[in-house]
Amino acid sequence: MFTLKKLLTASAVSASLVIGLSAVVQAQSLGIPINESQLQDFDLIAQPDGSGYPQGSGTAMQGKAIFERRCVACHGMTGEGTSANTRLVGGDMQSEERPIRTVGSYWPHASTLFDYVQRAMPADAPKSLTSDEVYQVIAYVLNLNGIIEDSLILNKETLMQVEMPNKDGFIDSSQAL
Amino acid sequence: MSKQELEKVAANGLINRRHLLGLGLAGMGTVASTSLLGADAGLNLEIPGWSKAPGANASGYGSRSRFTDDMQRMAGNPNPLYPGGGSSRSPLHQLHGSITPNSLHFERHHAGIPDIDPAQHKLVIHGLVRQPLVFSYEDLLRYPMVSKIYFLECSGNSGSLFGPNPADGSAQSLHGLVSGAEWTGIPLSTLLDEAGVYPEARWINAVGADAASMGRSIPLNRAMDDVMLALFQNGEPVRPGQGYPMRLFVPGCEGNISVKWLTQIKLTREPTHFRDETSKYTDTRLDRKSQQFTFPMGTKSVITAPSGQMKLERQGIYQVTGIAWSGRGSIRRVEVSADGGRTWADAMIDSHQSEKALARFRIPWQWSGGDAVLQSRATDSQGNVQPTRTSLVTEKGNISTYHFHGIQSWAVNTAGDVANVYA
Repeated sequence: MFTLKKLLTASAVSASLVIGLSAVVQAQSLGIPINESQLQDFDLIAQPDGSGYPQGSGTAMQGKAIFERRCVACHGMTGEGTSANTRLVGGDMQSEERPIRTVGSYWPHASTLFDYVQRAMPADAPKSLTSDEVYQVIAYVLNLNGIIEDSLILNKETLMQVEMPNKDGFIDSSQAL
Repeated sequence: MSKQELEKVAANGLINRRHLLGLGLAGMGTVASTSLLGADAGLNLEIPGWSKAPGANASGYGSRSRFTDDMQRMAGNPNPLYPGGGSSRSPLHQLHGSITPNSLHFERHHAGIPDIDPAQHKLVIHGLVRQPLVFSYEDLLRYPMVSKIYFLECSGNSGSLFGPNPADGSAQSLHGLVSGAEWTGIPLSTLLDEAGVYPEARWINAVGADAASMGRSIPLNRAMDDVMLALFQNGEPVRPGQGYPMRLFVPGCEGNISVKWLTQIKLTREPTHFRDETSKYTDTRLDRKSQQFTFPMGTKSVITAPSGQMKLERQGIYQVTGIAWSGRGSIRRVEVSADGGRTWADAMIDSHQSEKALARFRIPWQWSGGDAVLQSRATDSQGNVQPTRTSLVTEKGNISTYHFHGIQSWAVNTAGDVANVYA
């Protein structure tokens, strides 16, 4: 049943009468309104334009200690990896032979490193790092690749300015038929 | 019936597909099994034991025959450094028809299968919308739904065929990351419309509730098309390995963007460039540029029997069968060759093929004990023709190993052994 309360809710959020009417026709409008502020701990999306980066900061020097404690089992002491999939450092997209693709050689956006470590790493305990620790550990990985200085304080402002070597290496095929 | 009446339609034993029906099996049986002309004196049929005692009672939840327990997905060994990561492959060589049983549907997980209580699960739609909304599972069940039959294929399926040497593999191990099912759910546009998408929104960013919080960005125009929030698979709630209680389903597109355990859709101007759409699932070309967001899966077919690692025990007539699919339409034609692609014959496919669904094909083939190379070649409703492996690898290179859809070659030797080859 489409209750009066639901109808009022639908009308209140509608920009026009037309949308209010279409909600009536659909006879279902069961989403519960929520505010973006209620999603701050839930939304982990960090984009290249700087949206979604939390407060916090860290340097490569700080990140080294975390990396050596939490990451080396898969990624090796200096990011050399334990397999092609876990190698984080080195490689060259323009090499004569088959290119080795790593964070340093392949990833086009530094934001991806933040986003991925925050949501999925370390693999045995995802989401266990604080925001400071995420900034620290990705500063270390970027520094191992020679992309940032070891003294750089990585935070939401400086992360946005990090340029990855392969930033122009990708072609958006999303509209290809 | 004599051999002469079976119309040969291509070299090396391919027989007109019309012999599958009508004339079909009786004629084929006569040709294939001349030994049955004389009765076997040792074969006296008796009433079997199971016909002499009552069987098991009806049950609350069914199980398969214990004689079919060898039908299993092929899962890799667990990697302690990648807990929950990995895949399991459908036993294509043992399956028939075009629907995969839910228990044998392929899986690919990035951090294992979460154990989600639907009463606690939330789906949030937010970002560039007039009103951010949160939906419960119970409420979502009340929305109008649609049911559609679609294939789902991992973009890494058949990836080993990019390699320089043919792997010793089966249809399952080489191509088992594809399955077909009927999916039931809510058109995603219904829910996006309810939240009210702002005109500046261009992408949805979909995130799952698994430990990896796996995310993918999808253009809004595609998301508003035939994408659904899938709640049921082949009539039952989507299984945990497929995203229970709900997953995104993006028909025809690489499986990874049909985000499982869906919990968040954020509308944005730009894509997030998640790890699984930059580091992974991207296609580096020979010029070292990499294509990103390569969604539709190519026009493709594979012969599932006879197929790799099988053995033809005797000469005679076999049903060559397999599956074909396209991310851009329905399957209009499947041709089969028994001589490595020099001559081709049309296989039988069902007349009404669904868009972006598996099509089963069949054609009779007489194996006379010689060498043969079996291939299949699909054409879709848009006129796309499945390429040879050579042309695909020449065009794409093999720096990346996603989106392989070239022609598979199964060689049959004089001993009847079937093997993956490059032909």
